Amino acid sequence: MVPREQDDVTGTEMTGHEWDGIKELDTPMPRWWLWTYYATVIWALGYVIAYPAWPLVTGATPGLLGYTSRGELLKDAEMARAAQAEQIAKIQSLSLDKIRSDAGLLQYAVAGGRAAFLVNCAQCHGSGAAGGKGYPNLNDDDWLWGGTLDQIHKTLQHGVRFTANPDTRQSQMPAFGTDGILQPEQINDVTEHVLKISGQAFDAASAGRGAVVYAENCESCHGKSGEGNRDFGGPNLSDAIALYGSDKTSLAAQIKQPRHGVMPAWSTRLDDMTLKQLAIYIHSLGGGETSAP
Amino acid sequence: MNGYGVAAKLAALGGIALLAVVLAAKGHDAGYVFHAYLIAATAIAFAVYYARDFSFALVTSRPTTEDRYLDGVVKAGMIATVFWGVAGFLVGVVIAAQLAWPALNLDLPWTTFGRLRPLHTSAVVFAFGGNALIATSLYVVQRTCRARLAFGNLAWFVFWGYQIFIVFAATGYLFGITESREYAEPEWYVDIWLTLVWVAYFLVFFGTLLKRKEPHIYVANWFYLAFIVTIAMLHIINNLAVPVSIFGSKSYSLFSGVQDALIQWWYGHNAVGFFLTAGFLGMMYYFVPKRANRPVYSYRLSIVHFWSIIFLYIWAGPHHLHYTALPDWAQTLGMVFSVMLWMPSWGGMINGLMTLSGAWDKLRTDPVLRMMVMSVAFYGMATFEGPMMSIKSVNSLSHYTDWTIGHVHSSALGWVGLISMAAVYDLVPKLWSKSGLYSDRLVSWHFWLATLGIVLYASSMWVSGIMQGLMWREYDDQGFLVYSFADSVAAMHPYYVIRMLGGLLFLTGALVMVYNLVRTVRGGERTQALPGAPAWAS
Repeated sequence: MVPREQDDVTGTEMTGHEWDGIKELDTPMPRWWLWTYYATVIWALGYVIAYPAWPLVTGATPGLLGYTSRGELLKDAEMARAAQAEQIAKIQSLSLDKIRSDAGLLQYAVAGGRAAFLVNCAQCHGSGAAGGKGYPNLNDDDWLWGGTLDQIHKTLQHGVRFTANPDTRQSQMPAFGTDGILQPEQINDVTEHVLKISGQAFDAASAGRGAVVYAENCESCHGKSGEGNRDFGGPNLSDAIALYGSDKTSLAAQIKQPRHGVMPAWSTRLDDMTLKQLAIYIHSLGGGETSAP
Repeated sequence: MNGYGVAAKLAALGGIALLAVVLAAKGHDAGYVFHAYLIAATAIAFAVYYARDFSFALVTSRPTTEDRYLDGVVKAGMIATVFWGVAGFLVGVVIAAQLAWPALNLDLPWTTFGRLRPLHTSAVVFAFGGNALIATSLYVVQRTCRARLAFGNLAWFVFWGYQIFIVFAATGYLFGITESREYAEPEWYVDIWLTLVWVAYFLVFFGTLLKRKEPHIYVANWFYLAFIVTIAMLHIINNLAVPVSIFGSKSYSLFSGVQDALIQWWYGHNAVGFFLTAGFLGMMYYFVPKRANRPVYSYRLSIVHFWSIIFLYIWAGPHHLHYTALPDWAQTLGMVFSVMLWMPSWGGMINGLMTLSGAWDKLRTDPVLRMMVMSVAFYGMATFEGPMMSIKSVNSLSHYTDWTIGHVHSSALGWVGLISMAAVYDLVPKLWSKSGLYSDRLVSWHFWLATLGIVLYASSMWVSGIMQGLMWREYDDQGFLVYSFADSVAAMHPYYVIRMLGGLLFLTGALVMVYNLVRTVRGGERTQALPGAPAWAS
């Protein structure tokens, strides 16, 4: 046999092939490489015996460990539920006020409510519940539909202007401008009046005329001095907090053609245990009331 | 070419233009109509080009070039590679900035992230990477077979056909035309066109292999051939669809539900395996030994790792669908095949790096070789990371997070990008008959800009991805989730900015390359430090 060409640098034999000046060494495969490769193959064989792997006619081999990803999920969920079983049972059976007066249970409900809030409510109300234009801030004590535990719970259950739910919170303000109920100058005047009662800078002459317009058109829902009426969902106008902005332009736009936000009825989407936790969490944010004022 | 040939071409192109105008008139959607007019314009442009050759003397003689290599198409491929590379990197930087500052979506449908993202992925994978693969494969197959490309000028059809595919895919994305299949977004008519182009590519490559004057087929060609054949199969099966109308762009896939997802990720993962791995290994197997002027480290290793990669890769796709509706058994198989792929992938890294034994000193003097070695190093890192991420318990943390993006980019920028650009640096002086590049120091600058860019990109995405994964599964001591999804989005902002900066560095490096290559082609080598002195000493 003719001895093969050797590489000068490494002393390794060449294969004798050559393409465009490229030659090949006949170096054996690195042992560590080969053994690691074998090890992964052996591991793979073990794994496919232990876990579901081989497709058959109607299913697949289940594997010696009996693992299924669905089974694993159910097991995890079961464990989580078992760890919380005691608190869940109490929250299900006790009234909101009772839950609130039990310190341990209160802490649990606030934590659970917060987690549910982040998943379901943060999209509109913000992850810190501070709201935004058109989405109420839940940290303050300016409530549209009431800030007691039961009132918050009811709003959560039935939603706001969510027509699929017969018990939904319902309020509608007429479009005073676009429906021609008030003339533009009247809207201007009543806007000045609202600026006045909410403690902002106002034009005295306009506001004076506006007071008359207010008494005739607005008082029935928003109250004599703009204190609002939570039974009808009439917002409080005596503070400078307004859902769509409290400056003059925003107020006038809302009087001319009001916007009406919608909140879903969560009773068909979340279980009552979660709704109770949510009510307690929102109540705990800072504006919760112990009894309706 | 004789007058009959030109006349026939002109008639065919005229027919295509006419048909396209009819399709435009009957088209159902704006993107389709635009594409029909684009077909007409393309056909007319080619007709004008051919018309210059027309002669009333029906037989003209042209000197035969059969004894020489067909390199014009490789040169065109180099230009296309660099052009699409810069375009793709630029769109990448733009969409990275959009993720950090959403206002940059500009509130226009054409410039939203959703449309620019496939523009970026297709531009870098198929336009940049694809042109690099086609051009280098056509160069390498001629040299290693000592044969001119088969089937005359069919390679030129492959080149122009592929550019047309790219333009149609890219403009379609901006119009919102998409099959919604990741890395396979173009609609049915663009898919049919690519199939024709790809079959032509296969014929050119395989035909050249058949007429080779060497007894054996070089390993680079095994990889290139595996890439061409497998991509054809993947492309055709994944894109099986029924158009709603031949006058509209929309089509519906033949598959549905979890089968659809599995076909898509069988395609998607093997686009990684056979396009971005096998194809570029072919590139590495030619350019690394050539540049280092050393024999390939181990022939036996190349055989074993080649066949292992070919056999194992095709099964690994289901690891993209862990913990989904995909049956457990399929998830298991996807995972074990991915883990078994670790060593076969590393076989390529060992052969690439060890080929330098006896030539390591060249890393000090040859920044192009340095770029190749860095590329192989990123390849090794990414092919360890991939199998690791396919393990179900790791995947439950990494899936759907930026970790995946970091993994893809350390291989796309590091491996695919650097090996392609090093091959371009190697080929351009040869193809344009220059003694060398205009400036080796600029290559060094490119090398460091790109490497730093990749490091910033990959490390920021690792941190951001693992952070996301941990935030999504963070429970408090009472068993409740701690963070909302939006919390994790807000937390990612600084990493998005770092990622964008990394991409910007990579793009800057590519622009340095463009300048260097243009100066090289226009002639003149810059006076540089004496050979042998390290670049930083000059």
